[in-house]
Amino acid sequence: MFGDFDFNFVIFGVMPYVALTIFLVGSVVRYERDPFTWKSSSSQLLRRKQLVWGSILFHVGILTVFFGHLVGLFTPVWVLDALGVPYALKQWMAVLIGGPAGIAALIGSTMLLHRRLVDPRIRVTSTFADILIMALIWLQLAIGLLTITQTLQHMDGSEMVRFMTWSQSVVSWNVNAWITVVDVHWLYKLHIFLGLIITALFPFTRLVHIWSGFAAPFRYLLMRPGYQIVRSRRPRPLEERRRAFDKLQAGRGPSGTTPAE
Amino acid sequence: MRVRAQIGKVLNLDKCIGCHTCSVTCKNVWTSRDGVEYAWFNNVETKPGTGYPTDWENQKRWNGGWARSASGKLHPKQGSKWRILANIFANPAMPEIDDYYEPFDFDYDHLKSAPDMNAFPTARPRSRISGERMEKIEKGPNWEEILGGEFSKRSQDYNFENVQKEIYGEYENTFMMYLPRLCEHCLNPTCTASCPSGAIYKREEDGIVLIDQEKCRGWRMCISGCPYKKVYYNWETGKSEKCTFCYPRIESGQPTVCSETCVGRIRYLGVILYDADKIEAAASAERETDLYGAQLDVFLDPNDPEVIAAARRDGVPEDWIEAAKVSPVWKMAMDWKVAFPLHPEYRTLPMVWYIPPLSPIQNAAQAGQIAMSDQMPDVRSLRIPVKYLANMLTAGDEDPIVHALERMSAMRLYMRALSVDGVRDEAIAARVGMSGRVIEDMYKIMAIADYEDRFAIPTAHREQNEQGADIRGGCGFTDGNGCSTGETGKTTLFGGRKKTFVLPQETF
Repeated sequence: MFGDFDFNFVIFGVMPYVALTIFLVGSVVRYERDPFTWKSSSSQLLRRKQLVWGSILFHVGILTVFFGHLVGLFTPVWVLDALGVPYALKQWMAVLIGGPAGIAALIGSTMLLHRRLVDPRIRVTSTFADILIMALIWLQLAIGLLTITQTLQHMDGSEMVRFMTWSQSVVSWNVNAWITVVDVHWLYKLHIFLGLIITALFPFTRLVHIWSGFAAPFRYLLMRPGYQIVRSRRPRPLEERRRAFDKLQAGRGPSGTTPAE
Repeated sequence: MRVRAQIGKVLNLDKCIGCHTCSVTCKNVWTSRDGVEYAWFNNVETKPGTGYPTDWENQKRWNGGWARSASGKLHPKQGSKWRILANIFANPAMPEIDDYYEPFDFDYDHLKSAPDMNAFPTARPRSRISGERMEKIEKGPNWEEILGGEFSKRSQDYNFENVQKEIYGEYENTFMMYLPRLCEHCLNPTCTASCPSGAIYKREEDGIVLIDQEKCRGWRMCISGCPYKKVYYNWETGKSEKCTFCYPRIESGQPTVCSETCVGRIRYLGVILYDADKIEAAASAERETDLYGAQLDVFLDPNDPEVIAAARRDGVPEDWIEAAKVSPVWKMAMDWKVAFPLHPEYRTLPMVWYIPPLSPIQNAAQAGQIAMSDQMPDVRSLRIPVKYLANMLTAGDEDPIVHALERMSAMRLYMRALSVDGVRDEAIAARVGMSGRVIEDMYKIMAIADYEDRFAIPTAHREQNEQGADIRGGCGFTDGNGCSTGETGKTTLFGGRKKTFVLPQETF
């Protein structure tokens, strides 16, 4: 009965849905049920050394890589065709932008991982999850950079289109998506597998701060017109209260008082 | 006019004896937890000195407070919103824990568990962060206690600006004062302005500035934003924490713990009505020396019928208006002009004010013959240079400080005449523009300082803004997240059911 069972189906057909479900549901549940644990877990206070450069290199690098993957994988192929972008050009862009960004992120994460493991203050205040996720991300970056060696062998973009097809099929509920990536090089497969593992671990680690990081510019720049925040316990806005007060005063004469809010 | 009320505070430095009872009681109540061992919501510094964290007053170094652009607009000195967001990965202006001090404890257990040894066992210091033995303790929360350390180091004190400080290093000319510090609960707080998550807010009803622990994401911008360095990063929970002005006590009409336990009776709490519409203009005053005056203009006279009417219209409770009329803070800041904001040049419009200390006459040789001007001791010949106090309290403007010190010494002269000679010498009062009756009131509040005179705190009006049914069965006040323990390290996704009540939020 399991004679023609293909492990690729589990990893590339089923696991994406499992990982994404854990990622989304887990994030919502954690945000809703225990927002106190939702944080970036910065250790800058305890040791500045190696953090400033490490963190900036890592974050700038990995954000570039992240958006590269997002745009690169999820832009429909027909959009490329319509715009007349040759696949080879896109492949070159991926290597030339993603490569240096990946190297920056790897250097940064090496500094951060080293600091986390070697600095006594940071080591004892780290949780198991902190170290695990850092190590996994480092590994993922290293594998990702290693795949470039394979990519350079087919710069026509053929492999890239397969990954685009796969990712887009997954999010469009195409159950047979896994078939497209069955015979790619094992480095790519490992990269995808590890990516899915990290996705599934996301809500259980400090990675949740990524949500807030993306939200921060919107909250800070767009949703807050000025700088200051005042919280009120008024059951109704000030202007409304003033109107009601004025109306009451008009009926009662200027000396009357009304209950405060 | 938009009337709001705040519980303001005044500390009479003239009477601070530096006993640190405020710091210790505060610590026992609020920061005796992991992650904030190094944090003192209230600390007492010996001045002159560089304070805690080291050199906190030097904003060229720490970039706290506000900066005024050429166009007259304010932005946090560490950068406007874009700059703050750009520094989110690593905050260049944030102090390291060693700028405060590495928290330590002593290995007391070794005293009883040590094996039979030739040498007597000792309790060595150990880091409270890493648990490692510390060979040398380099710093503490009160490292310069009673002028500890070399003058060359202490004289880095920012308040020595424009003071010929060399002579104060000499034994004969040295001077000393205490400066207890806590969160200023500013009208224009930079911590709030710097928070990308919007977790820090000022409460409309009593002006207390708090950090929403559930919204804080640990971006750390508040720590560098606050020029007083009174927001602390809890390295255990990954959230920022600060002085809460003991809001559960204030809400029930009790003074804060630091005020309640103050041995010298130097702390005063009272309601100040202010005009929220004037805050921005006041904080943007062009010259730094105008900021003190500009803040006085923000405050509203609780005896003015127009103010009372506007306060009622804006929903300030009746008993809060009554409390504002008897507020000792109003009397000292506005009526007598003896209290001043700490470093108004940071443009945060702080709400914890200070009465400058009188001090002995400058040097021993003159002790017998007090320098007099207009039959009053010349306050400029006091041991603590007026310029030093002015740098601390009025952005360098000496006149208001001299004025306050003269009133305080006139109070002594007047009361001396009254209690020794039995004479009410109105001439003394008149010389400082007061009357004998006012001076006697000032004496009662500032010198005798009975509990009832120090604290005029109206209770919060929960009944008007909280639905009892909504919070029935809630989890009450906890450090964590309602019913969940909120323990870090153990990621609890499924905390208990959380009771929330929606509060309207206002931005401006």
